[in-house]
Amino acid sequence: MSYMSKPRIAHPGLKKNALGLTRRDYEGGMSTLCAGCGHDSITAAIIQACFELAIEPHRVAKVSGIGCSSKTPAYFLSASHGFNSVHGRMPAVATGANAANRDLSYIGVSGDGDSLSIGLGQFCHAMRRNLDMLYLIENNGVYGLTKGQFSASADVGSKAKRGEINEQPPIDPVLTALAMGGTFVARSFSGDKEQLVPLIKAGLKHKGFALIDVLSPCVTFNDHEDSTKSYAYTRQHYHPALETDFVRPAEEIMADYDAGAAMSIELHDGSMIVLRKAAQDYDPQNRGTAFAYIKDKLRDSEFLTGLLYVEETAPDMHVLSHTADRPLVDFGWEDLCPGSSALPEILKRYR
Amino acid sequence: MKPTDTSNPEYFHRVVDCQWACPAHTDVPEYIRLIAQGQFTDAYMVNRESNVFPGVLGRVCDRPCEPACRRGRVEDKPVAICRLKRVASDLKGAFKDRLPVVPETSNGKRVACIGAGPASLTVANDLVPLGYQVTIFEALARPGGLMRTNIPAFRLPAEILDSEIDVILDMGVELKLGHRIDSMEALLDEGWDAVFVGSGAPRGKDLDLPGREEASANIHIGIDWLESVAFDHVEKIGERVLIIGVGNTAMDCCRSSLRLGSTDVKVMARKPRDFFKASDWELEDAEEENVEIVVNHSPKEFVLEDGRLVGMRFDQMEYQVDDDGRITDQRVIGERFIPADDVVLAIGQENAFPWVERGLGIEFDKWDVPIVDETTFQSTRAGVFFGGDAAFGPKNIIWAVEHGHQAAVSVHKHCTGADVSDRLPVTMNLSSRKMGIHEWSYKNDYNPLERGLMPHVSLTQRFRKLNIEVELGFSPEQAEKEVQRCLNCDIQTAFTDRLCIECDACIDICPTDCLTITGNGTEEDLRQRLKAPSENPDQLLFVSGPLMHTARVMVKDENLCVHCGLCAERCPTAAWDMQKSRFSFPYAIDEEEACLSRNRRSA
Ligand SMILES: Cc1cc2nc3c(=O)[nH]c(=O)nc-3n(C[C@H](O)[C@H](O)[C@H](O)COP(=O)(O)OP(=O)(O)OC[C@H]3O[C@@H](n4cnc5c(N)ncnc54)[C@H](O)[C@@H]3O)c2cc1C
Ligand SMILES: Cc1ncc(C[n+]2csc(CCOP(=O)(O)OP(=O)(O)O)c2C)c(N)n1
Ligand code: SF4
Ligand code: SF4
Ligand code: SF4
Ligand SMILES: [Mg+2]
Repeated sequence: MSYMSKPRIAHPGLKKNALGLTRRDYEGGMSTLCAGCGHDSITAAIIQACFELAIEPHRVAKVSGIGCSSKTPAYFLSASHGFNSVHGRMPAVATGANAANRDLSYIGVSGDGDSLSIGLGQFCHAMRRNLDMLYLIENNGVYGLTKGQFSASADVGSKAKRGEINEQPPIDPVLTALAMGGTFVARSFSGDKEQLVPLIKAGLKHKGFALIDVLSPCVTFNDHEDSTKSYAYTRQHYHPALETDFVRPAEEIMADYDAGAAMSIELHDGSMIVLRKAAQDYDPQNRGTAFAYIKDKLRDSEFLTGLLYVEETAPDMHVLSHTADRPLVDFGWEDLCPGSSALPEILKRYR
Repeated sequence: MKPTDTSNPEYFHRVVDCQWACPAHTDVPEYIRLIAQGQFTDAYMVNRESNVFPGVLGRVCDRPCEPACRRGRVEDKPVAICRLKRVASDLKGAFKDRLPVVPETSNGKRVACIGAGPASLTVANDLVPLGYQVTIFEALARPGGLMRTNIPAFRLPAEILDSEIDVILDMGVELKLGHRIDSMEALLDEGWDAVFVGSGAPRGKDLDLPGREEASANIHIGIDWLESVAFDHVEKIGERVLIIGVGNTAMDCCRSSLRLGSTDVKVMARKPRDFFKASDWELEDAEEENVEIVVNHSPKEFVLEDGRLVGMRFDQMEYQVDDDGRITDQRVIGERFIPADDVVLAIGQENAFPWVERGLGIEFDKWDVPIVDETTFQSTRAGVFFGGDAAFGPKNIIWAVEHGHQAAVSVHKHCTGADVSDRLPVTMNLSSRKMGIHEWSYKNDYNPLERGLMPHVSLTQRFRKLNIEVELGFSPEQAEKEVQRCLNCDIQTAFTDRLCIECDACIDICPTDCLTITGNGTEEDLRQRLKAPSENPDQLLFVSGPLMHTARVMVKDENLCVHCGLCAERCPTAAWDMQKSRFSFPYAIDEEEACLSRNRRSA
């Protein structure tokens, strides 16, 4: 942790987005994480993505649970709403917030411990409801904040810093999401912003639950030899299955894509995701084959990365629950509360 | 690109923009830190080592360091480097016991210096401590050269000049005042071991227009006129004065006129403001005193009535300027008469050597200037050296000082029978500033303070006498603030490629986006792929060797780094470190020491 904060210097090379804001305007407080923590790079990628999308910071709500990863919302978008909840309970808070105000963009930041150990149930239900939010798991295979115990994402055979070997099979968030009906399922790496930033942008614009499992090495407790979540191991074993480009509604698709290998998917607001396949017959719109392929690769110790599955037309929580189109927060008191005179009428319905 | 060789002192020296821009390589960030710590005498001595006249230069230096200052690129205004130099000088304590010790017995070598300007004085400063007997011949009655005769006392008080000259003279220099050298041949016949010509560029340019001769009583050559003012030979000038030319000499002439009784002073410029030669601060100071600067007026004739100057006629000009700011076309659009009682010509000066006979082996080029080697300052005759304005035409004090240092090295080599062109290299020492995990032995936090403004004597007070110094100097409170604006460019970012695990922490934290990890390429290609667009090709790129995991390279664009050390604080493996660079520029005394240690080793 540094004693000084990152100086605000409006240097001449700093670009402005459509709102007239610079990337620096999307920053938050100074990180207190260990120097070199993968989580800080993900923070930087979120900042970059929000800047590029020209999101209005006050239209964003950041939610998180407990963990080093869950601390990071303090380090980006200081002008946004935020809720740092109980361990593993961020999905419940996000659901409530989204129910009350469906017009905000929700960014949930969680850890492998927060989502796959204590919070697994909440995580699954949020996907089942297709809650409209971006959900990032900053996955380092350990409980970083409590000093490096194995989490539920630790691989079999991975060695802890103190020497013990993990023998329990891991829960893979990507496979879990596919099984739970997740509609936007991606994996990436904190050390690959070229891949991560477009994924975050696409996830923010996806209508429904967008999961990005981001491999994010814990330099302090899980970056040693024989760790399967270290910088070195991740770089050797991660394979982009698909390259993702995100194209905003008004923009033209500039890059030249090889017709056979590229596919574009339109999002609800008119923006496009263009996917370029690295692996030949991979189909990111077929849940069954995607599941099988990813599982096969995991068995060979390969992390497939990129946008691995996407389904843009599935109904989200509000559609499924038949809620009002207007956010609840915009209703007047009179509409929300019919008053005590109406109460007997309502009670009558339950007699 | 090939990995950058940071063991070559030039790389990090160029990062210290001010020190790189200073002709004498003054260690600016070091003296600013010393001022910040209240070590004024130390700060003065750091200055004195390289620029010899910190009190003088802290007032009137041409300050090439300031336009170069990194702070000016990061925000718009550079650190007030020159003002801080004056703070060191104003607040210093006793320092004479820290000067080099002059040996009691001379080394038997006699060196003649012609002219007592800053160039000759520096030669003496460097050679006397080595045991040389140095004699300075000066035509005028006081030493100092143009610092005395042309830089007005309201910018540079005589006491300051005297005290810094006396330090040198007190080392044991023989100064012969009122002793003009009329013949180089005769001087050489006296058998000096070496001769240094520091006679300046004493000839002011004239303007040969109709009426020049008839009106000569009221037309003055700028540098001669300033000299007469300095020696009290001129005590007043007419009410309406025209200054022709808009360089720094013109600024001194117009401001001097105001102090000698004129009430209406116009500086007449042929071209638009962007083409003025005067420094911005000199223009500002003149305009503060209500001098009018008239642009686009080209002098045509001196107008007389009854044999007396009554004014000048000018062509009014119009210029076509292209996108790069160059004049592509000009035309006359009218004519204008401006009344005047006196005219001062400030259109340049040249060096002139009527007293150097041809045929002595000292060769002159087609413009009649001596041929002088740019490194050794030796003329085509061994043992005769030129420096200061005499060498390559009019420059400034700090250049004259640097010429003096280099010429002193050459004199020493010549007198010891060594090859004058065999010079010691510049060397560099790097040492880490790390104290704890996030603690450095320098203040690394960026302070967004704005540049301090120099307090001036009020306009009503300053004209009362000719020698009231206008600038009051920074108050201690101002100095305390200004030092914090320095970005510590000498605390270098030093990178060790085999330690980097490519975690991106440094890239993400850098407040000015100067770092990028990317695939290697040519410089042109790399400059297009940096995190912040490369806007300054004059600033170097650092390129590492291939990194361990991906064989990509770490690239640093030096342009905007504020030396905040955050990259090193956030790096988990200490691949980045903040290291202070200290350069040593060899002076005559270092040549002597190198020679002594060679002898010791061979003995
Ligand atoms: C009006 C004016 C203002 C200036 N303002 C600044 C300023 O603010 N800052 C700055 O850095 N520079 C300034 N300069 C330039 C600076 O003063 C000179 O560049 C510098 O003084 C040159 O030093 P020098 O040692 O080469 O020679 P000089 O300072 O010119 O000294 C040469 C000396 O040699 C003597 N001499 C000449 N011929 C002989 C001879 N034959 N025998 C004996 N003695 C001889 C002369 O009398 C003179 O004293 C200014 C110049 C002028 C004209
Ligand atoms: C209810 C509850 N149980 C346990 C803890 C202790 N605890 C704090 S953080 C944490 C694990 C965090 O792991 P992860 O989500 O992977 O975050 P990381 O620090 O690795 O980013 C645990 C178990 C707690 N804070 N609250
Ligand atoms: S303990 Fe691990 S996860 Fe937590 S901040 Fe440090 S490096 Fe990051
Ligand atoms: S010291 Fe490091 S972090 Fe600070 S500006 Fe320079 S490169 Fe960037
Ligand atoms: S912080 Fe250190 S290890 Fe990380 S990328 Fe920068 S230099 Fe490499
Ligand atoms: Mg974790």
